[in-house]
Amino acid sequence: MDRFRMIFQYFQSNSESVMNGICGLLALASVKMYSTFDFSCPCLPRYNMAYGLGIMFVPPIILFLCGLILNRQSLVMLEEWRRPPGCRKKDLAVIRYMCSSIMQRAMVAPVVWIVVTLLDGKCLICAFSGSVDPKKFVGFANVSTEQVQQLLAKVPCKDDELMRNSTSRKAVSRYLRCWSQALGWSILLILIIAAFLARWLRPCFNQATLLQARHWSNYIDIEQKIFEETCCEHSRLFAHKCILHFFESMRQEIKLHSFSLPREGEGAEGEEDLLQGITDQDQVNKLLKTWYYEKPPLDVS
Amino acid sequence: MDKFRMIFQFFQSNQESFMNGICGIMALASTQMYSAFDFNCPCLPHYNLAYGLGILLVPPFILFLLGFVLNNNISMLAEEWRRPRGRRGKDAAVLRYMFCSMAQRAMIAPAVWLSVTLLDGKCITCAFCTSVPVGSLGNASHPRLSQGEIQRLLARIPCKDIYTGQQLIANEVAVRYLRCISQALGWCFVLLMTTLAFLVRSLRPCFSQAAFLKSRYWSHYIDIERKLFDETCAEHARSFAKVCIQQFFESMSKDLVATHCHLPRKAPADAGEAAEKLLGITDQGTMNMALKSWHRCKPPLHLHPPALPTGNGWAGEGQPPSHPSAPRRETAAYYSWV
Repeated sequence: MDRFRMIFQYFQSNSESVMNGICGLLALASVKMYSTFDFSCPCLPRYNMAYGLGIMFVPPIILFLCGLILNRQSLVMLEEWRRPPGCRKKDLAVIRYMCSSIMQRAMVAPVVWIVVTLLDGKCLICAFSGSVDPKKFVGFANVSTEQVQQLLAKVPCKDDELMRNSTSRKAVSRYLRCWSQALGWSILLILIIAAFLARWLRPCFNQATLLQARHWSNYIDIEQKIFEETCCEHSRLFAHKCILHFFESMRQEIKLHSFSLPREGEGAEGEEDLLQGITDQDQVNKLLKTWYYEKPPLDVS
Repeated sequence: MDKFRMIFQFFQSNQESFMNGICGIMALASTQMYSAFDFNCPCLPHYNLAYGLGILLVPPFILFLLGFVLNNNISMLAEEWRRPRGRRGKDAAVLRYMFCSMAQRAMIAPAVWLSVTLLDGKCITCAFCTSVPVGSLGNASHPRLSQGEIQRLLARIPCKDIYTGQQLIANEVAVRYLRCISQALGWCFVLLMTTLAFLVRSLRPCFSQAAFLKSRYWSHYIDIERKLFDETCAEHARSFAKVCIQQFFESMSKDLVATHCHLPRKAPADAGEAAEKLLGITDQGTMNMALKSWHRCKPPLHLHPPALPTGNGWAGEGQPPSHPSAPRRETAAYYSWV
């Protein structure tokens, strides 16, 4: 039991840090995913916007859902929310606390993706190259309106034959990248200030309720883990008993049918006990056959 | 038993994480396989589609089957499904739970292969390059070519070095277009899979939590019972073998006594255990005979009850007659004693 106690204490003290670890891993995974992803803007008038905004917003949704799936506590919270009250009342404050902590952790990876995307700039250049005002740029100012859309759409593709050495392309690109990076840094700044304020101002409001909610949410988590462990222990003992009963019943059956009394005296070796009276090839075969054809009932009373 | 208990508990509590680990390894293996695979588009009109879709769809199928093969629990599921009813009823919910959890884990590596393939873009580019909308992307003023020639030209899009249709449609434009479609499909696929996984995981507590707990308990139970039964049988076999061999040596030494009138000298008390362990076989000739006898006629798989110290027999001390008669003269000697 000592080992169990140590393992349980580990889980209790570290359930928060396990979740923080998963959160950090997902954030790193999102950066890695972005860098390995081969971004290739289609450079066609309507496709650009769809592609650019798609790459900016669809992976964050995926990362958010992954963050919810990988977090064990979300299941615990759902179970607690949906269970019938029974003999134990439900405390909505605890459920709200659990929900908010899960959401906060799940939002980290999507935010990292969006910020990295904005700071890199490729997505925004691809999405909004067709929306800049062509009059501001020398190379596009004198082109007809049908042509200008086509040309602007090709801005993100540096290697396109029309755009290879165009200074106006570089100008549009720099312009959009500047906007993108400004947006990225602003979002980062706002989020960090918001996190800072939330963390610092929280003790000023409802500290007692918060402590209670945190304690009971930990409790529910631990209770579920211990329940699962106890079920495992119980099923192991149940199986042990069931198998012993089975061997015993086989022994009785053999006693009845073959009149060969298994020796149970002081002179018996220790091994004889382990043999449980089954000392014969046919008896062993019968035992194995019976195990397959007629498993014993789930009753060890 | 303590060690066994701890090991079993470790496996039980970690069986899920063990299976998750295998699952993760297979997903990594599938990405590694994809990057190591040398993709070679044939660049011919009808072969492209077959090759591209083949590379897209056949490896996931293989990975799915592999996921089932590598899962230890598949034999447990098959056993539980096919066993006769006997004295224990069968619960279809448990079987469904086991199958679902195995199928979910087996689906991860194929999904990873599909996403990586779609996000990379080579397969879709190869498969659908002949379906590029030349009218909107290419040169409408190009002299008319026959349909077959256009198809042949377009089929070479993935192979840049032999592409000759630059006037019809620029290679980079077509590749960018196809790759954009492929990546959009890839991200949508990943979003769909993640949403499905999320729904499956979060709707379960809302609807069938009690049934789920029951199925999970009994499926773990079946697994543990099977392992414990195997352990018990192994212990039994070990004891069986030990007693069988001991009886063999005893019968050998009795045999020697009977035929050679060679009384095994009872070792003095202080020689103790070592002498006992020798079981009366104390010289080279005797040992050779014992080994030869072990090879030539192994004893039957039937253990005698141990010898009574007072020789007071009882009714019922009889050999079951169904045994193959081993050529053991000492058997008769033993029973004539009674």
